[in-house]
Amino acid sequence: MQNPYLPIPVRIDKATIETEDRNLKTFKFVYVNPEDEAKFQYKAGQFGELSVTGKGEIPIGIASSPTEKGYVMFTVNKVGLVSSALHNMKEGDIMGIRGPLGNWYPWERMEGKNIVIIGGGFAFTTLRSSIVMLLDPENRKKFGDIHVVYGARSPGMLLYRDELAEWEARDDINMHITVDGTDDPDWKYNVGFVPAITEEKAPKGDDDTFAIVCGPPIMIKFTQPVLDKLGYKHDHIIMSLENRMKCGIGMCGRCNIGKEFVCKDGPVFTLEELNSIPKEY
Amino acid sequence: MRVIKIDKKDWESGVEKLSGDYSLYGPVKQGAFHNFAPLEKGQMPDLDYVNTRLSPKSVVYPQCETMFEYTLDENQPDHHVNKEIPKDYSPRAILGIRPCDVKAIDLVNINFDNPQYQDPWWVQRRAALTTVALACNNPCSTCFCTTAGTGPFDDSSADVLLADMGDYYLAKVMTEKGEALVGKAGFDQDGSAEAGAIDDAAKAAEAKITSKIETGKLGDKVTTELYDADFWEDIAFACINCGTCTYLCPTCWCFDIQDEVQGSDGCRMRNWDTCMSALFTLHGTGHNPRPNKTARVRQRFMHKLKYYVDKYENGIACVGCGRCVQQCPVNIDIRRVCDLMNRFEPGKECA
Repeated sequence: MQNPYLPIPVRIDKATIETEDRNLKTFKFVYVNPEDEAKFQYKAGQFGELSVTGKGEIPIGIASSPTEKGYVMFTVNKVGLVSSALHNMKEGDIMGIRGPLGNWYPWERMEGKNIVIIGGGFAFTTLRSSIVMLLDPENRKKFGDIHVVYGARSPGMLLYRDELAEWEARDDINMHITVDGTDDPDWKYNVGFVPAITEEKAPKGDDDTFAIVCGPPIMIKFTQPVLDKLGYKHDHIIMSLENRMKCGIGMCGRCNIGKEFVCKDGPVFTLEELNSIPKEY
Repeated sequence: MRVIKIDKKDWESGVEKLSGDYSLYGPVKQGAFHNFAPLEKGQMPDLDYVNTRLSPKSVVYPQCETMFEYTLDENQPDHHVNKEIPKDYSPRAILGIRPCDVKAIDLVNINFDNPQYQDPWWVQRRAALTTVALACNNPCSTCFCTTAGTGPFDDSSADVLLADMGDYYLAKVMTEKGEALVGKAGFDQDGSAEAGAIDDAAKAAEAKITSKIETGKLGDKVTTELYDADFWEDIAFACINCGTCTYLCPTCWCFDIQDEVQGSDGCRMRNWDTCMSALFTLHGTGHNPRPNKTARVRQRFMHKLKYYVDKYENGIACVGCGRCVQQCPVNIDIRRVCDLMNRFEPGKECA
């Protein structure tokens, strides 16, 4: 009988410090048993449970794209027992992953449509997965205009800086990178909070345009009125939630908001869906 | 279904015959209360009880269990890899479980066995289980099973239902598992002529249950309005978040997962958990979506009486066993909460 709690063993192939505060690291995992890759077929927006023996498991969004083969990537903020242990592990160490878990951004529904991706801080991981997936030549032709508003506190707190620069240089994606503030005289992008930059740069909402929003609660709180003003309908605003989780498969009972389990029925919900359930997130 | 008759003088020898084929569980007196426990060879279930202190859910769903084992010793070939461990799925039977408690196992099954995911330990233990339920001739004052989707003679979930007729039991054998068990016990005296007596006893027992709840309007309530109702502060006021209700409840299934290490040997455990604990939902950032006891108390009742109702369309996640009513140290009564929820009209509130 298939055991949904059993992690797949993986090896840390590469660990990269992402941010100037050294609190965010990206881990590239390769499968100890290469045949396990077939069991971990995911879509952009899903998450996995990272398992560190002796410490426990944490739910983390998948940062690599389904189009990137042979490995899977997660960016982890150091906050607790498991994430701290993971930050102290070295390349070559063995750990486990479980998944893919949860639903994904509704790519099927968004086919042929324009997409505005709005992200803040370190919640940019599944958005990176989404952008890399969308920019794959096979996928890019299936979607309309793509805008990305991504902000962090300072230039050094932005994730995936090399890739951001590459995307800036492309003409098939409109990047609007911003920081809350900086004293760097060479900073050539925006300065301002994500909601303000969204209001300035994002296209108007219509039936053919979807917004994907992922960020800290304060960013979401102030971005929503902006999207309302721009004319986005609530079933065209896609959000990804997080709650404390253990099992990741809808059984342990802790991540529910109303009747929905964030782990199994989510983490992706439309704002319209969220309007009908309690705000316990 | 067929009805057989078991003379009480034959009961003990029948149970003894079963002990070769099944691990037996039954109510036994522990201090001042009854609880379900494994029966030693020759030990009889003590059927002279009304309800056990704890529900029998631990027979299928232990309070603590090892999920996986691993070694942290890097000289071992499989170090840092979780490995499944052998578990006992040999046949087991619960003798004298109450009909409400069997029903509860069915309710919880929806959580652990669904089309997308199957919890392997729950599923295999449940498959190995045969339930011999004992109908309640004398329910207690806190029982409200008849309005909670079951009843003192409910035979819909049990493999065998025993009705105590004084000198003998009449047994409804409901399933193939039940047939196998009565066959092994050697119970085969036809009781069909007396089947009507079971119905009479059921009617008499049901009439004794005067405690009732109304649940018919729960499904139609708007979740967010019920969530914002003004009675939650009042309900939760005395609560001390002790979690007693969740541990003894037959339909509470939440669990925690923890790693334990001794030397270089480790295991991943799962343990019953409780939504009454602040840690249950605490984020790594320090943010807590259920930050106070009122939010946690509301979660427990909304889950049983609204979220489960809406999610599974299978009635409420409560069988009316009354344990939480009896044992709550501050007298929070799910029957009153259910009444407030069922009567709730936004704008016309009174607690």
